[in-house]
Amino acid sequence: MQTVKIVVTGPFSAGKTEFIRSVSEIDVVSTERKITAEAEKIKNSTTVAMDFGRISIDDELVLYLFGTPGQRRFDFMWEILSEGMLGFIVMVDSARPETFREARSILETFRAYAPTPYVVAANKQDMDDAWDLEDMRVALRLDPNVKFLPCVAQDKESVKKVLLELLYTILAEMEAGD
Amino acid sequence: MALKGNLRDFTITQLLNLVNLACKTGTLVIEGPGDVAQISFREGKLAYAQLGQRDNSLAGILRKNKKISARQYAILAERATKMSDKELGILLVNAGYLSQADIIESLQQNFVYIIRQLFTWVEGFFRFDADMLPPSDKIPVRLDLENLIIEGSRQLREWELLQQEIPSLDMALKFTDRPGTNIKDVNLSVEEWRVVSYVSPKNTMRQVAQVTKLNDLEIRRVVYALLQAGLVEIVRPGGAPASVSARAFRTEDKEQQKSFVNRIIDRILSI
Repeated sequence: MQTVKIVVTGPFSAGKTEFIRSVSEIDVVSTERKITAEAEKIKNSTTVAMDFGRISIDDELVLYLFGTPGQRRFDFMWEILSEGMLGFIVMVDSARPETFREARSILETFRAYAPTPYVVAANKQDMDDAWDLEDMRVALRLDPNVKFLPCVAQDKESVKKVLLELLYTILAEMEAGD
Repeated sequence: MALKGNLRDFTITQLLNLVNLACKTGTLVIEGPGDVAQISFREGKLAYAQLGQRDNSLAGILRKNKKISARQYAILAERATKMSDKELGILLVNAGYLSQADIIESLQQNFVYIIRQLFTWVEGFFRFDADMLPPSDKIPVRLDLENLIIEGSRQLREWELLQQEIPSLDMALKFTDRPGTNIKDVNLSVEEWRVVSYVSPKNTMRQVAQVTKLNDLEIRRVVYALLQAGLVEIVRPGGAPASVSARAFRTEDKEQQKSFVNRIIDRILSI
């Protein structure tokens, strides 16, 4: 059985767990814990080790989706999770500009781990406070060649589109490398 | 869609950069520490700036830049109160008092001065209003933002360094016990003397900043200088004791790898 993995990363509360949950065929194996820090009580729980989702492709191929912990103090898990990844997705909360700097930092960290293809997803684009993609691209200092996609993590179609764009990028990279 | 946030997370320099690169038109309203700034842009260029209720009249700006005398200013203030800046500008140029370049240069200097003041704002809310243009009676300028961004970036780097050096303003300062150091022999600036007068383990740096009316950057700058000179050290407030603080595929066959990716694509399309 061949397994491949895609890593979903991003700042705290960017929507990584929700993203995986939307397409995983199994209940996401989550390591969520109650949040104790007052400053981080945007939500009740957070991922402390990883989230784990699965999509069976066929009899001999399985895709695993790994969500990284968003809080910086668990970043020792990032490098472990990124090992052997096919590509990665950086989730950014479009309505929380205070996390953009962190998102940039995470993106740069993952880029340093491995030169694998990636896309960036602007999550929560359905919210009133969401920033425009063009503004976010400038704020995140994304290269014009990097795919930057609108996303709503609870919406399966939206999540599929992000995954597909990453896979198309991976395929293009593979073909370019031939 | 909304372009708003907090300066703590998104600096003035980053905002200018965004406006510049996105060629934005509109007004950035920034609610800073005790003041509100309105900075207007047209196609990514600085057009107008106003800080709080400060005199932003053309006459006031020209006087500040010594383009007109105090007497001329008094006359204009008395006789040209009902004139817009645009009308006054035309009058001054037509009367031969000033050239158009003099006026534009003065306005630019004034607006740049306002932006420079904003670089010290590290707390506050901002919002960009694309429908809000500079007041119609004011003379807009057209100033590239690149130099201001570079200047602001330098200050940002300083800020980041200072934050690393002095992470928390909730700590206090005390004079070092180094023998032979006499603070009276050191050449300190007025700002530094003001801070020095409040150095005590009883006062947090935040409290010192409040009483000396320095912002977070300025207090860190002063404290950093005092630390570097070995005159003070950072202590816990009240002298409390310190608390303990692959590879993606198994196969190397490129065609098989591509086949895997294509199969994943097909599967996801079918979900």
